[in-house]
Amino acid sequence: MARFLVRRLLLSIITLFILLVVVFALTRVFPQDVAKQLAGPFAPQQRVDDLNEKLGLLDPVSTQFGRLVGDVVTLDFGESYSQPGVKVVDLIRPALWNSAKLVMLALLITLPLSILGGIMAARRKDTRLDRAIVSLGLASASIPDFVSGVILQLLIGVKLGWLPATSSSVPADAGFFTSLRFILLPALAIVLVYFGYIARITRAGAIGVFDSDYARTAYMKGLSPWEVIKKHVLRNALQPTVAVTGTQMGYLFGGLVGLERVFNYPGLGNLILRAALAPDLPLLQTGVLTVAVIFMLATLSSDLLIAWMNPRARLAGGEN
Amino acid sequence: MALTGENEITPDPVEPVVLPTVAAVVDGGAPAQDRKSVKAEQRRQLVRDPSFIIGALVLLFWILCALLPALLANYGPDEAVVTADGQFLARSGPDGTAWFGTDSAGRDVYSRVIYGARNVLTVAPIAAAAAVAAGAILGLLMGFFRGWVDELISRISEAVLSLPVILLAILVLVVFGTSKLVIILTVAALFTPVVARTVRSAVLSEAQLDYVTSAKLRGESSWFIMTREILPNITNVLVVEFTVRVGYAIFTVATLAFLGFTSDATAPDWGNDIASTYTLINANQWWPTIFPALAIASLVIAVNLIADSLDKALKS
Repeated sequence: MARFLVRRLLLSIITLFILLVVVFALTRVFPQDVAKQLAGPFAPQQRVDDLNEKLGLLDPVSTQFGRLVGDVVTLDFGESYSQPGVKVVDLIRPALWNSAKLVMLALLITLPLSILGGIMAARRKDTRLDRAIVSLGLASASIPDFVSGVILQLLIGVKLGWLPATSSSVPADAGFFTSLRFILLPALAIVLVYFGYIARITRAGAIGVFDSDYARTAYMKGLSPWEVIKKHVLRNALQPTVAVTGTQMGYLFGGLVGLERVFNYPGLGNLILRAALAPDLPLLQTGVLTVAVIFMLATLSSDLLIAWMNPRARLAGGEN
Repeated sequence: MALTGENEITPDPVEPVVLPTVAAVVDGGAPAQDRKSVKAEQRRQLVRDPSFIIGALVLLFWILCALLPALLANYGPDEAVVTADGQFLARSGPDGTAWFGTDSAGRDVYSRVIYGARNVLTVAPIAAAAAVAAGAILGLLMGFFRGWVDELISRISEAVLSLPVILLAILVLVVFGTSKLVIILTVAALFTPVVARTVRSAVLSEAQLDYVTSAKLRGESSWFIMTREILPNITNVLVVEFTVRVGYAIFTVATLAFLGFTSDATAPDWGNDIASTYTLINANQWWPTIFPALAIASLVIAVNLIADSLDKALKS
């Protein structure tokens, strides 16, 4: 187990380093007059030069990359370009928290629903219920998040008026439940995208388990279907569900750029989009790395969770 | 796993004797007639599958729109709608004159939706095809040679896959601009690692089979084994992968256009049109946004239905 962890962490560090090189190459090596874009099209050359000097954008590429690695190692990412005087970390933190709130709420609704749906579909394999869940899942999962976003915004936010149609105008004195109402609509759009996907994965995992000898034995020794599911099926059937949820974390934290834009939600995706357009290089790099680190921590924890659920994965983990 | 050593054996110079063996091995040992009937059976299963039929019909409709938009549209994509009594019609809801209503510039939303199919249906399939081609080459190299080639490409793919596609696409497009070619290449490059991983695992399981071993023992070159022996046996994987990637490419291209990363923000395009109108939903002017949104939804669902039923038919 220790070997497995060490190996995984080392691989993650290598991956992060490659990513750092890719992001650095994209934002620094290719010709792009960052200082000019920051200063604006009509800024005098003197100001552009000063900005270049101050941000060290004319230093050799190796010096700039060394500085970036230093920033990452010391976890001090400096000041933002687009909002001078503001620390990058202070911009990332609230956006990360906003994304986390949205993702937690969405998963809190999605996971129980889709696990229930997937198990029911697997138990009644090839019935009408199964087919309905599978096709609904296929359909809803393939729609882009911003598309389900605008549709929900119209139906629930505007036509029915049940929930606030945008997430940006939360009153300052809003309590827990009021703020919850403001993020429920984007969360539901995520539910719409993920319900089908996770239900299908759970269904696939559960079908194999329901057909297994040990599940049949459990039935034959007189356990009720609910007890069989609780004691024997879930632990084995949910492994793919756990794995997939882990791999989707990066997308949920950084990939919902379109959805966050529809609801004007100040999440991580929105922040990175603004940083890319500015271009605010420190903010952009830190934002992208944050998403990558979240992805790695999430996949690592899902692997650990699977190892806990399944002794065989635990024992084979070191070699795989 | 040094497999290259075996390929240095010089091939048998007696060609006529070798040829029949090669043909039999390429077939995977099965007589040609059996393979044909398997293919026919798969096709029969496919055209009987309701989800395939629905998906294909919807896709065909959008392809028709992309090829001959003037046939179905009532107005030009940039033409202002004028009523019979000469009135200029802007921001009006869906009715007999403008089936899906008009946008704030007075253009017919229905006609723009029809014209909007062309852009996404050219960009997405080309990007997906390029990704499958590049991914197939990488996957073949990785799965066949293993070793450091595999390790190196795997590490780079893993780094790319640890970020959401849309985020990396934004990064690339900010640097290289948003011409159509750049968008296609970006989407293709970002999809390549996933395809390569799928192809790699397919190649790994093929490489264990007897026909590959016998080709190696015959002294065939690595190039021959990869392109003539393994590749024909993984075409099913490639076909399914291509269809799935087309769906994701539509998803990605539409999202990018919505975020403003588009070659021409005023051209009729579903993502463009949603981007320029979605803030009006709050004012209950929903039609210029929702109809293109439904068009995107119907197209991706159609492509995914086709991908799903293809996958099922080819695996049976």
